[in-house]
Amino acid sequence: MNKYLLYPGCSMESSAKAYMESMNTILEPLDLHFEEIDDWNCCGATEYLGINLIPAYSLIARNLALASKQKNGTRTVVAPCSACYLNLAKADHYMDERPALGEKVNEALAAGGLHYVPGTLDVRHLIDILVYDVGLEKIRNAVVRPLTGLKVVPYMGCMLPRPDYQHRWSDHEHPTELDDLLRALGADVIDYPLTTSCCGGHMTQIGPETAFELIRRLVADADERGAQMMVTVCPMCQMNVDAYQNEMNNFFSTDYHMPILFFTQLMGLAFGREPKELGIGAELVNSRNALAHIGVEVPVTQEPAAPRKKDEGLPMPRRWTKHEDRKEAVK
Amino acid sequence: MTDERVRAGLTHEEDLSLLHEVSMKTAGVSRLEMCIQCGTCGGSCPAAQDMDHTPRMLFAMLRAGMREEVLRSNTQWICVSCYHCVVRCPQEVHIADVMYTLKGMAIKEKLYENSTAPDFSQTFVDMVETYGRSFEMGLASRHYLKHFPLRLPGMMPMGLGMIIKGRMALIPKKIKQMDQLTKILDHAKQLEMTS
Amino acid sequence: MTEKIGVYVCHCGSNIAGVVDVEDVAKWAAEKLGRQGVIVARDYKFMCSSLGQELIEKDIKELGLTRVVVAACSPHLHEKTFRIAAQNAGLNPYLVELASIREQVSWVHTDKAVATAKSKAVVSGAVSRVIENTPLEEIKVPINPNTLVVGGGIAGIQSALEIANAGFHVYLVEREPSIGGHMAQFDKTFPTLDCSACILTPRMVEAGTHPNITLLTWSEVVNVAGYVGNFNVTIKKKARFINEELCTGCGICQEKCPKKVIDDVYEAGLGYRKAVYTPFAQAVPNYPVMDKENCTYFEKGTCKACEKFCPTNAIDFNQQDQLLNVEVGNIILATGYDLFDARRVSNYGYGRLPNVFTSLEFERLSNAAGPTTGNIVLRDGKTVPKSVGIIHCVGSRDRNFNNYCSVICCMQGLKFAHLVHERTGATVYNFYIDMRTAYKAYDEFYQRVLEEGTLFVRGKVAEVTDAARYSNEKGKLIIQTEDTLAGKQRRIPVDMVILSSGLQPRHDAKEVGKMFGISCSTDGWFTEKHPKLDPVATMTEGIYIVGCAQGPKDIPSSVAQGAAASARVLDKILQKEVALEPVKATVNKEMCSGCRICNGLCPFNAIAFLADDNVSEINPALCQGCGTCVAACPAGAISGTGFSNEQIIAQIDGLLMRNLEPVEA
Repeated sequence: MNKYLLYPGCSMESSAKAYMESMNTILEPLDLHFEEIDDWNCCGATEYLGINLIPAYSLIARNLALASKQKNGTRTVVAPCSACYLNLAKADHYMDERPALGEKVNEALAAGGLHYVPGTLDVRHLIDILVYDVGLEKIRNAVVRPLTGLKVVPYMGCMLPRPDYQHRWSDHEHPTELDDLLRALGADVIDYPLTTSCCGGHMTQIGPETAFELIRRLVADADERGAQMMVTVCPMCQMNVDAYQNEMNNFFSTDYHMPILFFTQLMGLAFGREPKELGIGAELVNSRNALAHIGVEVPVTQEPAAPRKKDEGLPMPRRWTKHEDRKEAVK
Repeated sequence: MTDERVRAGLTHEEDLSLLHEVSMKTAGVSRLEMCIQCGTCGGSCPAAQDMDHTPRMLFAMLRAGMREEVLRSNTQWICVSCYHCVVRCPQEVHIADVMYTLKGMAIKEKLYENSTAPDFSQTFVDMVETYGRSFEMGLASRHYLKHFPLRLPGMMPMGLGMIIKGRMALIPKKIKQMDQLTKILDHAKQLEMTS
Repeated sequence: MTEKIGVYVCHCGSNIAGVVDVEDVAKWAAEKLGRQGVIVARDYKFMCSSLGQELIEKDIKELGLTRVVVAACSPHLHEKTFRIAAQNAGLNPYLVELASIREQVSWVHTDKAVATAKSKAVVSGAVSRVIENTPLEEIKVPINPNTLVVGGGIAGIQSALEIANAGFHVYLVEREPSIGGHMAQFDKTFPTLDCSACILTPRMVEAGTHPNITLLTWSEVVNVAGYVGNFNVTIKKKARFINEELCTGCGICQEKCPKKVIDDVYEAGLGYRKAVYTPFAQAVPNYPVMDKENCTYFEKGTCKACEKFCPTNAIDFNQQDQLLNVEVGNIILATGYDLFDARRVSNYGYGRLPNVFTSLEFERLSNAAGPTTGNIVLRDGKTVPKSVGIIHCVGSRDRNFNNYCSVICCMQGLKFAHLVHERTGATVYNFYIDMRTAYKAYDEFYQRVLEEGTLFVRGKVAEVTDAARYSNEKGKLIIQTEDTLAGKQRRIPVDMVILSSGLQPRHDAKEVGKMFGISCSTDGWFTEKHPKLDPVATMTEGIYIVGCAQGPKDIPSSVAQGAAASARVLDKILQKEVALEPVKATVNKEMCSGCRICNGLCPFNAIAFLADDNVSEINPALCQGCGTCVAACPAGAISGTGFSNEQIIAQIDGLLMRNLEPVEA
């Protein structure tokens, strides 16, 4: 079976566009067919659950109800975003574990003419499909540009391997699915003990100091282990480690430069696609130097100039030295 | 609270209904009453250093019926939903889901010290209830303007970068059947868990 | 109606009377069941007490009762008590019926009215049934005085020695090449810190040389037939490829064998052995075994180094597995435990982080006869740790793994702390959830370890990682936990981590249990007959369980159980014959169609198919009266004594109160 219903989630259309673009390039070579759930809505991320229980689950369940109507020969929903994946899987699981919740949610759905029977659908993440349905063998065979020499740390994040209601992963603490997949692409995979540590989630928005520390741990350990880049499966992880890395550096007075790409972008490269088709270059911590190791050239896009800090002085003319004519920089 | 209790140094009334109430409002079967206070959650938490109370301690307070202290704690707001505690808990307590429940209760009873987190959630929910989709640009700018105005200049390069690189839409997307979603959510808001 | 029935309702203190209105039940029985022959009904605080029993005996004698119903606890507990009381008063014991109003009523209901109504129904059922009961006579069979002990750890050795010393023969069967079990792997034993080998080896030698003990190591039981007093056991004696008569145990073959193998059993994977080996120097018996799977000769057809150098020509590559048949009267299972696989707790890093060790690994590491001659060092084989963390409850008290407490880990953790402290002077941390040191001189040992300066942190460890976060953590293992007494998360960098792994039932406990006709609890341990009053017997007569086969326990408890089971066996042997319950199933050959459905269902292998007559037959000595075949027989050809169709239907009629006014529930 190679047909699936797709729940892209909001990030895939904006901040994680690169994920969507690169995912679309690998479908054909792997003979996968994704059909988007018509008129899906936001899953509520980690926010709605903390406001009001029944509306939060009704919001999620509307998607499940729509998908179960649209089935079209498959009962598997693919969610490439970890938070969306967890929310959909969670609603399905809890509507069953606590029937009273299931009844209330269906009561709410009925107001919109919808209904969902828990267990109707199988909610799975993209990498689950790739490793367990497509198989590493098929992926290995599709590689035309092995990523040999690219040192990467696989970063699975939290919401994908945990809490894992359906026991889909090899381990909650050190799952190997992403490692195996990257190895199949030929990359030099470094054992990364923090592979399922948290990126800070929404804390970048509400308590940045907490989040910066979590991002620092991830980036520092990856750097310490000699990684050229981190590889992620989750839009939120990508966003936090990429977009907030500079701020984190400012906060701790560090100078890390650790690019983070989606695993689908590396798959695209390995399958012979060009960076611009894969959204490479959209990351704020650019991956140009890292990808140069495998001979991939990333075209330069305009980087925003860092605005001057308020208390920063103006540049001084260089000090004169006797060796001025030799044009050596003075330290 | 009676005077002699206050003089005796007792700062709270024991509200033994709290545990039941939290369990009732938690999505799955919370198993809160099974906690053996082993500290797996507090030890696993990546953000414990910023919490008023470790999750374990919060559960002890919860069982002791310290309603106000529990709901005012920042613990539930610092929780990053990483689920490390959930998979490691030897008693299979649904810790992360209890945290969501406590947030909801704190908002309802207006028992929180710092409004950043509740506001963020509310802003997010407003966006979703208006468009059916989240709208990162609107969310981030509205939230940062309100809570971290001084941080905004520092965030400029990032925000600008995101826009230049096409990673932030300037106009929100809206689902087609917004009226259907509104009906569902309006009805859902009138429902309460009773069993 | 000619029967005279007495009904006796027990309060069981407040156990029953707290939920059931016992006086009302007795009064009701006297009033409403008179038509069925109840001439007296009484209630009493403790019917099982001697006064209670006398009450019944007196009524039998004075009122001439012909049937007795006791409404009390489950028949498991006191059926025998009341049968003996009846017998004492001259009534056939099988004319007594127990109505369980404790386990089936007061313990499972809270509503007094409902519980009282249900008790009446249960009593009514028992009265209707007892009328149909017939007097039965016990069956007596002689007892074979030989005993089989399965498992040669300390519990099994103790059992074997007790029986052998009393003058009876014992077959001691052990799967490994030597007896000694887990205890032989340890360096010190808590709480007195005796050298494990020093106290164990004399017992091993005694068992190995005892004239009344036939020691069968490298052997496994493969079949069990028969019943209490008369078991027929088949034992597979695996080929050792060593002629035991010629071997002197000189050890030259081991020395010359070129093939080195990691020893997963005795050395817990931390050391090596040869392909031909005795697991340790003091092994009993001292003949080596050849590990066929790893032997170069068996692999490639050449080598035979052992044969070349053996001074007595004891190597025999042509040896075959042998099947032995032994007749025994009683069987003691002392099959022990497996260590919990610590790799399953992946957040503790065992198998990924080199300097995380399991408890058994540490036992070998600290053992003077172990791979490091007792030097406590890191996996590199040389670095002495400066700080060590010992984690309790690994895989125990955890719904993700094993729910139960493994009992030994707290004391074991304390022992390790002492050994590390004594041998290395390292800083030692113990991480625990609850410190359980409840036994003689155990808490004193805890005090001693506290005094030695071991640091205790109350908190179940969240993770062990090598991902340093701060500079003081570089190159260390970091133990992250909540110090629940301080209410703060702590990260403690150490050089070595020891996991106090829990105990698990043997991986094949279920199959072994099935072979011997005994059951396992949901956790997988063998189930005892009664958890308090009959901890070494099982529901199958003549089969006893001792040591860790029954549940996690330490050496003193294992030894105590080994001795206890022997006392039970000696009791049986000295009685010379055993009375079997007359509750048996029989096949009506006229009605049997020969379908054989019952053959496979019998849990006691009591049903044989007679091909000539095309009917099945039940061996009354094997049959335990469970009733499975009675229920399964499609032709209704099997009936159970004591459980005839008439009795069952009468009981159902009674339960439904067919002869009475319906009762409001």
